[in-house]
Amino acid sequence: MNDQQNNVSPDNDDIGEETRLRLYRSQLEIRQLENRAHDMFLENLVKGTSHLAVGQEAIAAAFGVAMDSEDYTFCTYRGHAHTLARGASMTGVLGELMGRQCGLLGGKGGSMHLTDVEHGVMGSYAIIGAHLPIAMGAAWSAQYRGTSQVTVCFFGDGTTTIGAFHEALNMAAVWKLPIVFVCENNLYMEYTPIGEVVPVEHPAADRASAYGLESIIVDGNDADAVYRIAQKAIKLARDGGGPSLIEAKTYRHYGHSRADPGTYRPPEEVEAWLARDPIPSYRARLAEFGIGEEVIEAMETEVDAAVDEATETAKASPIPSVDIIDKDVWADGGCAWRN
Amino acid sequence: MAKLTYREAVAAGIAQEMRRDENVVLIGEDVAAAGGVFKATVGLLDEFGPKRVRDTPIAEQAILGAAMGAAMTGMRPIAEIMFSDFLAVCWDIVANQIAKTRYMTNGQFEIPLVIRTANGGGSRFGAQHSQSVENWAMAIPGLKVVAPSTPADVKGLLAAAVRDPDPVIFFEHKALYATKGEVPDGEYVDELGKAKVLRQGSDVTIVALALMVPRALKAAELLESEHGISATVVDVRSLVPLDTQTIFAEVEKTGRLYTVEENPRLCGWGAEISSLVAEELFYDLDGPIVRITTPHIPLPAADNLEDATIPSVEKIVQTIRETAG
Ligand SMILES: Cc1ncc(C[n+]2csc(CCOP(=O)(O)OP(=O)(O)O)c2C)c(N)n1
Ligand SMILES: [Mg+2]
Repeated sequence: MNDQQNNVSPDNDDIGEETRLRLYRSQLEIRQLENRAHDMFLENLVKGTSHLAVGQEAIAAAFGVAMDSEDYTFCTYRGHAHTLARGASMTGVLGELMGRQCGLLGGKGGSMHLTDVEHGVMGSYAIIGAHLPIAMGAAWSAQYRGTSQVTVCFFGDGTTTIGAFHEALNMAAVWKLPIVFVCENNLYMEYTPIGEVVPVEHPAADRASAYGLESIIVDGNDADAVYRIAQKAIKLARDGGGPSLIEAKTYRHYGHSRADPGTYRPPEEVEAWLARDPIPSYRARLAEFGIGEEVIEAMETEVDAAVDEATETAKASPIPSVDIIDKDVWADGGCAWRN
Repeated sequence: MAKLTYREAVAAGIAQEMRRDENVVLIGEDVAAAGGVFKATVGLLDEFGPKRVRDTPIAEQAILGAAMGAAMTGMRPIAEIMFSDFLAVCWDIVANQIAKTRYMTNGQFEIPLVIRTANGGGSRFGAQHSQSVENWAMAIPGLKVVAPSTPADVKGLLAAAVRDPDPVIFFEHKALYATKGEVPDGEYVDELGKAKVLRQGSDVTIVALALMVPRALKAAELLESEHGISATVVDVRSLVPLDTQTIFAEVEKTGRLYTVEENPRLCGWGAEISSLVAEELFYDLDGPIVRITTPHIPLPAADNLEDATIPSVEKIVQTIRETAG
């Protein structure tokens, strides 16, 4: 399954117009909302930190479209994209970044912990690797309960070096769990190039054989290519065929987090990847498949309007009441540790 | 009532809950076919089969991650960490993930899981297989912490832990597995957050946990018969939630508080109880609060060294004789 061919012949369209438009829309929503978050950070309206996935949208979008509504997503602090791609509200995402009552977590979690159980977003985790075993547990639960739910777990290239990666992959493979592990290889951990800290070229794919899994590498900047691989891996998992490990090659346009200008990256490298921006190229593909410019423009206008509206709604939302500070440590809604 | 060992009571408690609720499952290293390295899960594989009683690889993060992911999605897993010392290799999953996720997500999840683990010394295993780490767990907001001292409490509190909607760390004491006691037949469920007064006295109140409970009881007998000191003994049983009301009531009656703790001295559970009593019961005290603990050292292995380290009956008697009155 290595290096998926791009299927750009309009005569052989396995994806179809409706799905392509969904893929484009999802990428666009993520891009526009992330850029808005970036701007609002500069205005001091988005607080704390944020890890944008601008440049990496195709992966989250493709899986979001390929997954069923009952499926589970587990992602990282760079998870605004995966959260939006499952249908979480833009207001809920922006509101959480801004520390407002309308936030997905009511202001308790912040940018790095976006969660929306209603949409299958089972959490964004900020300790490297921790969510791989937890996602594996959700997959075990689906297998045990006999549902057809598939779990998709996203993480970065840097995450392949921590022990939890190995523990989770091994147990998922031994137990044949319905889970898809997706490594978004953006070539850097925080500031260190991944090539300096792993002894293999493909940090995830080259290790797949250790778990008896196929080595899968996909162009993470091509939503169609990711979508095809996603469908295949999700089907395998749903049919009881066990886990997959997919390495998607991509690049982040901004630095690691809001505090990082990303100056450690060679300008030629940045330029080359900006030229491979997944969104303009996907727009061009829509045209190749005969989708009219007016349809595309109308969608772009709609997405812009939705982001503007979410921004205004989030800005108008009150800050959280301090009454929630001592709520929900326990399932009874409280935080009592003594009588 | 049947007489069961502490280890049989573990299996009895798990079996009771597994019969009641098919979402209760057990995972851990060697828990299924081998029945556990302490033989506390013998018979469960036979009764419930390999789907519900599952051996895992040596992967503590995967064991607890699996339990958490399952608990978030409708199951009620019981996960065994063979020795409590090993919690250190999966502490992220315990302290950052299991404990915090409900709060961080504004209550979007319940995480009803039980982590069972063999805690404590007395087996000459050396410092990496003998620690009492209940105070580690107690320091983390979002975890309930239970440590039974008798077979009956094992069964009843384990059942309560499984039924509790929050994560519970259940510390079984290695040196108690072979002890025997009456355990109620049939369905038996206790309550988390309730201390038990095991002996009523008038001079001092001794508050103890797990292996320290039988030692405190023995010490109380000797104090009474040989030194004329009458001691109350309270088994704390549950560190979180903490039954301060029962403890306070007993300290008020005697005016003296002694804690007997197996955890090393600094930030041991008795420090929290001492501070609560000092803050809220100061004027009822007739003398200083005294903590009897393992010294602040890693545990040594040789018989005489380990025995000289963990609070013994003699140490409890001697300390109370020297400071009471
Ligand atoms: C256990 C742990 N160690 C270190 C960090 C600090 N940290 C945050 S993000 C990051 C880089 C992760 O790189 P990668 O997995 O490639 O993900 P990316 O940020 O590139 O999406 C590091 C080291 C952390 N959050 N958790
Ligand atoms: Mg990376």
